Amino acid sequence: MRVALRLLALIFGLAFTAFSHAQSDDLQDISRLLKQGQHVQALERVNQYLATKPRDAQGRFLKGLILAEQNKVPDAIDVFSKLSQDYPELPEPYNNLAVLHAAQGQYEKARQSLEMSIRTHPSYATAYENLGDVYTKLASQAYDKALQLDSTNSAAQTKLSLVREMISGTNRPVRSATRTEPAKAPEPAKPAVVAAAQKAGPAAAPSAPEPKAPAQAAAEARSAAVPETKAAAKAPEKTASSDEILKAVRAWAHAWSKKDLTTYLAFYAREFKTPNGEPRAEWEKARRQRISAPKRIEVEVDGFRVGANDGRSATISFRQHYRSDSLKVDSNKTLVMVHTDGKWLIQQERVGN
Amino acid sequence: MRPLFKGRDSTPASAPDAEKREGSHPLFLLLNLRTLALIVAALTLALPLPSLAKAARTESQTSPEVLLNRAFEDIARQRFAAALGNIEALIRARPDFRLAHLIKGDLLLAKVHPLATVGNAPRGPAERIVDLREEAVARLRAYREPPASDHVPRYLLQMLPEQKYAIVVDTGRSRLYLFQNNAGQPHYVGDYYISSGKRGALKAREGDQKTPIGVYHVTSSLPRKKLSDFYGNGAFPINYPNEWDRRHGRKGHGIWLHGTPSDTYSRPPRASDGCVVLSNPDLDALAKHLQIGLTPVIISEGVEWLSIDEWNTERKSFQQALDSWRTDWESRDADRYLNHYSPSFAANGQDRDAWGRHKRQVNAGKNWVKVGLTNLSLFRTPGKEEVVVVTFDQDYRSNNLSNVMKKRQYWLREGGRWRIIYEGAA
Repeated sequence: MRVALRLLALIFGLAFTAFSHAQSDDLQDISRLLKQGQHVQALERVNQYLATKPRDAQGRFLKGLILAEQNKVPDAIDVFSKLSQDYPELPEPYNNLAVLHAAQGQYEKARQSLEMSIRTHPSYATAYENLGDVYTKLASQAYDKALQLDSTNSAAQTKLSLVREMISGTNRPVRSATRTEPAKAPEPAKPAVVAAAQKAGPAAAPSAPEPKAPAQAAAEARSAAVPETKAAAKAPEKTASSDEILKAVRAWAHAWSKKDLTTYLAFYAREFKTPNGEPRAEWEKARRQRISAPKRIEVEVDGFRVGANDGRSATISFRQHYRSDSLKVDSNKTLVMVHTDGKWLIQQERVGN
Repeated sequence: MRPLFKGRDSTPASAPDAEKREGSHPLFLLLNLRTLALIVAALTLALPLPSLAKAARTESQTSPEVLLNRAFEDIARQRFAAALGNIEALIRARPDFRLAHLIKGDLLLAKVHPLATVGNAPRGPAERIVDLREEAVARLRAYREPPASDHVPRYLLQMLPEQKYAIVVDTGRSRLYLFQNNAGQPHYVGDYYISSGKRGALKAREGDQKTPIGVYHVTSSLPRKKLSDFYGNGAFPINYPNEWDRRHGRKGHGIWLHGTPSDTYSRPPRASDGCVVLSNPDLDALAKHLQIGLTPVIISEGVEWLSIDEWNTERKSFQQALDSWRTDWESRDADRYLNHYSPSFAANGQDRDAWGRHKRQVNAGKNWVKVGLTNLSLFRTPGKEEVVVVTFDQDYRSNNLSNVMKKRQYWLREGGRWRIIYEGAA
């Protein structure tokens, strides 16, 4: 079973600036090699590094990642498993252990590891996201048994995130101009894998939020109803509005990053559906609190995919890279946008795609 | 510990306020699961939970149904981890219990997104999901609405002394109740989930896939080795069609109580071609109490329960009617005697008039008549018509003829009084 790894932004190096220079150099080199796909060299270097510092958590973590990239799953499991035993307070090794267990179809073990990860760090969003996928997979297996279906045929691919770095706590470096590759697009090969996983058959479907299908179907039905000539004429307009949508999403992320609450909240349409159906005022209050709390927020968006778009409403999915002084989350996000008074506003916001 | 990692544990204050994925916030998870709890409650019309002691009654504490009910109770009380634990224990014990897998799926999926119903499988035949949902409802109802402990089925008016147990089936609730004969009074022993006819109850024709309604008894025992695996651990045929069914022109045959195939713990509530199907462990438990040719099997669409006082009143009232028939027979007053027979009486090819002429003739030759009734059993038939099946040993003596026979009568309550509509040798 293949597991598509939902890649987190590869901001290698940044997390390692807290190391001594020698360490930092070594680890940065190794992670660069890994990023460039030079797995053999990376492994060689990390083994050399670990020969002198056998207990070093960052080095062992990198080694686990390299082995995972090389598809040496049992070896990678061994590394992360021992790392989690030696540093039980770290959530990342548990998370990655879970991803690898899931890759082997051992969802029950994956669930246990993720629950450990969350126990060590209750606000660990990636683990929650992965746990959601594992629960969905386990549920699907249970349903197949209930309905006497052959689970092996479903060949469901589970999208789990392998965490690429360990956050080193409060003394995180301040981002500065040295950051040369912000939100660098993942290597060309990766999006294909991710896209394939997203397209993957029926098992991927249940994790997709329900409202999408009807909305899309309705949009398709609407566009299908348009006479052909008109449709052709409309095409350029459609592209234009897609650009507008992207612009709106970027501006929204920018307002969020600047903690500009007025502008940020103005991006939400009057008919915005609050996530849990709570009153708008209550939702706004919670947003204000959350956005005001951290000293610094940075939100970057990339990997846009505009779904249904009829010029009046559109669905857009993208990767959202959230950084604050206390948390770092990369996730897929989907916005349902509506064109109101010449502006694209958010009618619905949800995690996932 | 390396100082590098010290920071991690020292930032808990920021964690709760931190920006995070709303959809997976622990509180949100709880909300989803609360929805599941509401669904479970809604399934049973939000009835209060019975005390566990009462619900479990005499069942063994680890039977699959007890574990399932614990999980339901955990869900209703929002103890979701415990619910999953109980379901997983149940699946370990009974991997062939499909409903348990379905509930497990729901408990896991409810952690991811809100559920609108029980059984949220994304693929698979819809009718199988509906079947399992109905099984869940039937089992939950049985758990949440057990019959009051001081109530008995109206049907068991009087059992024979040698009938140690009686079975009462409720096809509407998919439940079979077992009663012990406690000096003539039915005493609840246990109850079991059952499947019945695909197309409901009141069998009338061969192949109509309906379960008969009426008063029957177990006629034989077919051991596992004589059956295909489909019937599970054994089968107990009943005497459908009985005299009453034949009188109503009801056809068909081969109605059994039987078990389930070896890979299936239980079947949906409406699954059989008319048979009453129990899980194999339940069938085995029941089999210990069955007496071939003797144990009554009363099948209803919905059991009518009476308090002991009401039951006693009905029983006495009927016994009086029966005794009045006996004494009127002894009185040799043909009008009084024949007044116990309904205008719709028919037996042995004779209608009411032919029967009346025959009886008057016989009566005219008697100087004295003595009738003794022993080994009396009285079973009221389920359904709208008020009918009691009466069986007894009749010790008849007269100046010119004496005989002892086993007799069966069907009494119908019409116009406020009990009258005989069928009579014959049992």
